[in-house]
Formats: sequence, C-alpha cells, structure tokens
Amino acid sequence: MTMRRLINLKRVQARRIYLTYAVVIAAYIICTVMSSTNILSSSMRGMLVPICAYMVMAVSLNLVVGILGELSLGHAGFMSVGAFSGVAAAILMQNVIPFAPVRLALAMIVAAIFAAAAGFLIGIPVLRLKGDYLAIVTLAFGEIIKSILNNFYLGFDSQGLHFSMLRDTTRLLEGGKLIIRGPMGISGIQKISTFPAGFILVMLSLIIVFHLVISRPGRAFMAIRDDRIASESIGLDITKYKMMAFVTSAALAGAAGALFAMNYSTIVANKFDFNTSILILVFVVLGGQGNMLGGIIAAAVLTILPEKLREFSEYRMLLYAIILIVMMLATNNAEIKYFLSRLNPFKKKEAE
Amino acid sequence: MIFLNFFISGISLGSIYAIIALGYTMVYGIAKMLNFAHGDVIMIGAYVCFYAFARYHLNPFLGVAAAMLICTLLGIIVERLAYKPLRQAPSLAVLITAIGMSYFLQNTALLMWSSNPKVFPSIIGRGSFRLFDGALSVSHITALTIGVCLVIMIVLSLFISKTKMGKAMRACSEDKGAAQLMGINVNATISMTFAIGSGLAAVAGALLCSAYPTLMPTTGALPGIKAFTAAVFGGIGSIPGAFLGGLMLGVIEIFAKAYISSQLSDAVVFGVLIIVLLVKPAGLLGKMTQEKV
Repeated sequence: MTMRRLINLKRVQARRIYLTYAVVIAAYIICTVMSSTNILSSSMRGMLVPICAYMVMAVSLNLVVGILGELSLGHAGFMSVGAFSGVAAAILMQNVIPFAPVRLALAMIVAAIFAAAAGFLIGIPVLRLKGDYLAIVTLAFGEIIKSILNNFYLGFDSQGLHFSMLRDTTRLLEGGKLIIRGPMGISGIQKISTFPAGFILVMLSLIIVFHLVISRPGRAFMAIRDDRIASESIGLDITKYKMMAFVTSAALAGAAGALFAMNYSTIVANKFDFNTSILILVFVVLGGQGNMLGGIIAAAVLTILPEKLREFSEYRMLLYAIILIVMMLATNNAEIKYFLSRLNPFKKKEAE
Repeated sequence: MIFLNFFISGISLGSIYAIIALGYTMVYGIAKMLNFAHGDVIMIGAYVCFYAFARYHLNPFLGVAAAMLICTLLGIIVERLAYKPLRQAPSLAVLITAIGMSYFLQNTALLMWSSNPKVFPSIIGRGSFRLFDGALSVSHITALTIGVCLVIMIVLSLFISKTKMGKAMRACSEDKGAAQLMGINVNATISMTFAIGSGLAAVAGALLCSAYPTLMPTTGALPGIKAFTAAVFGGIGSIPGAFLGGLMLGVIEIFAKAYISSQLSDAVVFGVLIIVLLVKPAGLLGKMTQEKV
C-alpha cells in the first residue's frame, strides 16, 4: 500500500524523501566510523545523542509549523513531559528489565504516550484558536508544564507510586525511593541513550512524518495551511486533522525528550524552557518550513556551531546571534536573494 | 487591609507590565510582528540608568532621560538594520530575526557589563507613605510607578487620537497600502512606533529595577514574556487593551503569589490567559476580524 503510494508520488517529492533518508544514513555511518577510529573528539562524541534528539524535535515541530502551518512556541514542554515520564519509567523498570536497549525503547514508548496525552489535553483548547493567539497559548502551556514539573514530587515504595505537588509529602516507606524531586529534577539517571538508538529514533520519526505527509491526512494538513476556509468548505474536519498533527508531533517530541534525558545523569525542568522551544523553532525556520532535511541539517549545525565557536570564548554567543540574523536577512531579503542568484551560474532558470 | 496592600503592589507591577506591553502592542499593530527583542531593550535601558546615577551620580530623572534617548536610538537602529529589510518576508522569518536580535542584545550586554548582578539603586529612594495609621504602607516607588503609568496612558491616548503622527499610525495599522497612497510615509511611521515603544521600555526598565533591584543581562527576558502575554491578554494591537491586560496580569500574579503559591504563580498567570483566550479569542479588548472568502 505505502510502497505503491511512494511509487505514485511525484518524482520531485519522492526524490526528496529518499535523499533525506540517504543523507541521514550516510551521516550515521560516517559518524560511527569516525568515532570508532577516534577522529571525532570526545566533546563531539558526547554531542551525538543530543543532536539526534534535537533532530527529532525539529522533524516533529516541522510537522506542526511547516506542514500544518501553525506556530507553536511550547514544543520544549512536550520534550520535558517525555523526559520526566521516560526517565521515571526507566528507573521503575531498572530491576525488571536488565537489558538496557529494551529498557530505553520501552521508556521512549512510555514517554511518547505521556507526551501524546499532554498534546491531546492541550490541543483541545489550543486548536480552537488561530495564528498568533494559538502561538501565545502554546507558549503559556510550555511555561505551565515547566512550573508544574518544577513542583512535582514522585516516589515509589512497596505500596506503589506516590506523588505530591509543591512539597514532598509522599511519605515513602522504608526502602522507598524519591524519583522526581521538584526543582531538583531527577538525578542519578543511568546513561543508557546511545548513538544507534538516537539514529533509529531519527529514522523512525522521519518515516512516520513522511508517511503522514504523503497520505490523506498530510494532504489535508497542507490544504488547511494553504486555505483554511476553502478546506473547511470541502468538508475537511479541521479540528481532527489539526489534533492529529499536534498529537503526533507531541509524541515524537516526548520520545526525543526521553532520549535526550537519558544521555545525562541529572535532568531538571528548567532545561526545557522557552529558550529551548525557540531554539527548535530556529532549526525549523532556518532549515526551511516543511523541509525535513533542512531542519535536520540546521539542528546539527546549530548544535555544533556554539561548540566550534568556543575558541572565540565569550564572543561565541554574540557571533551565533549575528550569524542567525545575517542568515535570515540573506535568505529572506528580495534584493540580497537576487544578488545571490546572479552569483550562482549553475542554478537552473526558473520556468516563466 | 492586607488585601488592599497586595492589590496596590499588583497594580504597581501591572503598571510596569502595561508600559512594556505598549511597546509590543504598538509594534504588532503597525508592523504585524512580534518584537522579541523588546524585553532586552528594557534591560539596556536599566543598565544605562544604573551607570548614569550609580557611577556618574547624575540626577535620577536625567538618568532616565538619558536611558530613554539611548533606547529610542537603539529601537530605531534595530528596526532599520534588522527588520526593515524583511518588510516583505514571511512573518516567521521576521520572528526569528527578532529572536536573533534578542540574543545579540543580551550577549552584547554580557560582554559590556558582565553577568554579575548589579544592585540597582531606587530612583527615588526606599521610603514609603503610611496611610490609615500605618496599616497601609505604599512605597514611594510603587506610587511613582502607578503615577507614571497613568501619565503615559493619558499622553499616549491623546497622541494617538489627536496628533497627525498618531493618525498616521492608526492609518498604517488599518491598511498600509492605502495609507501609503494617501501620502503617509509608512517607513517613518514604523520607525516612530519603534522609537516610542523603545523609549517607554527605558522607563519601564528604570521602574522595574527600582522595584526589583537585581540587574543582569537576562533581567528583561521574563518581564518581556509576561508583558507580551499581557498584550495578548488585552487584545494585541489595542492600546487600552495593553493597559488593561498589564494591570490585570500584575494583580493576578501578586494575588497568586500571596494566596496560592509563589512557585506556581507563573502557572496561574498563564492559566488565566488561556481561559480568557478561550472565552474571548481575540483578547479582552481585541477586535474580532471576520474572515472573508
């Protein structure tokens, strides 16, 4: 079914999809070879898993921003829901499932389910709004999730799970363990995230998003993006499709959050704040809205860039800001664009 | 009486939010963009004030005037360099540029003034008025903040409704193309909007840091987001809405801190915002625009 669908695609679109897969696989192979032959520095090796997590974040946000056309400013909120639920699940499963990769996979599934549930609950009010108002409400939810997780306590003992808000009133029995400690977050996490796991998650999210995009829902998303009123008048259930994109995006972000969190020994809710949401949005916009490969490359480059700029030490974030502004000006200003297109003699002339 | 005390400090905090929210709402109304760098203009204004009267011992009001001058110039330069080339670009591109500008201002401040928090001296000292035999105490800075907010509200409303420039601003926010055909210089009007918004941001910075005296390069970020929320709360693009939204947000925040939980106050503020937007999707005083096919 999907195979035929892929063959029937317009060639340009199919080529783009296969190119994306090919680039990701090639990058994975190159990075694996480089890290096994020690060409990659240890700081770069430590960044491989976060880069994978950010790539998944970029792909999932691209589904909402690029394909559905709604601006979301709270994507890090879903990442933190996934991170906390995934890590808590992994800690609870520690004695039951000793084999780390299976535990990681299950934790990511739990994370995706929790984040999807959060996405659904948030989607009910959010998707009734439009444009900038929708954006500000996603921002608000991102901040609310951060505040709640900052004041959430979860522990378990022989009697089961206990949780409380604001203060630690879980009153665990002897031998019990407090997992989530409010503003202290979770500490003592086993680092079970690996680069291959990250690669698999990136591929999975690409497959899910591409298959969604080239099927009926994807066409509905783009119809809604291009003209909401027209698509409503031909009988598309706007809320249903918006919710579908929103929940899928949240679930992927949750899995990415679990992957990200289990690369560190401690995780706190403040890590996933408004700035993180913005960072992911920057990946999407810089890579080109709706362009998955662009978003993935932007995620990798913009995560490595601050590290590479480290030799400029205190000027690095300033340089980062300047690069961001100059890139946006260069890619969006009509005059500069025209100037650049004249510089490139190999570029095919656009059809009149 | 305690209730009244909280209410007054809520109004005072809300006044600061309202002054900042004006910058967001005016720029949004005319240039249709979210100027994320606005919060950092507040911080720059506060630093200028700080140096003016902590280092050079200028008269506080001269210091605020200097900060207003510098922030106004900064606003015009930022608009000119980063936003004007993107007038025709998609709104998300402008948003990202604004975010880049916000990082730029924050990191410039970090390099120039280091990340060590500075203790901001209050612009009019730390005394307070005692009313009802001392049962109600209102600090001078609280009273000043509310007063300044009232003055700004009145002057700005008069400016928008009575002057030629105000009329041009209203015309631009209605329809830029038609305004241009009527001989209005749209670019100058947009520059003017940025100038006014940034000048007000300097005032807000001085007031904010007089009430909450820690000054860091990231000082402007959270009040910026809150004020942006306030602008949406009141209906973005509407000037009375920015005042109403700012004041209500301040009162809600202080009450949430006092009666619910200080850690969850942000969650309460944003929760109220969501409820308001569900009931009135264009904010309290925003205009609902009917879409035409």
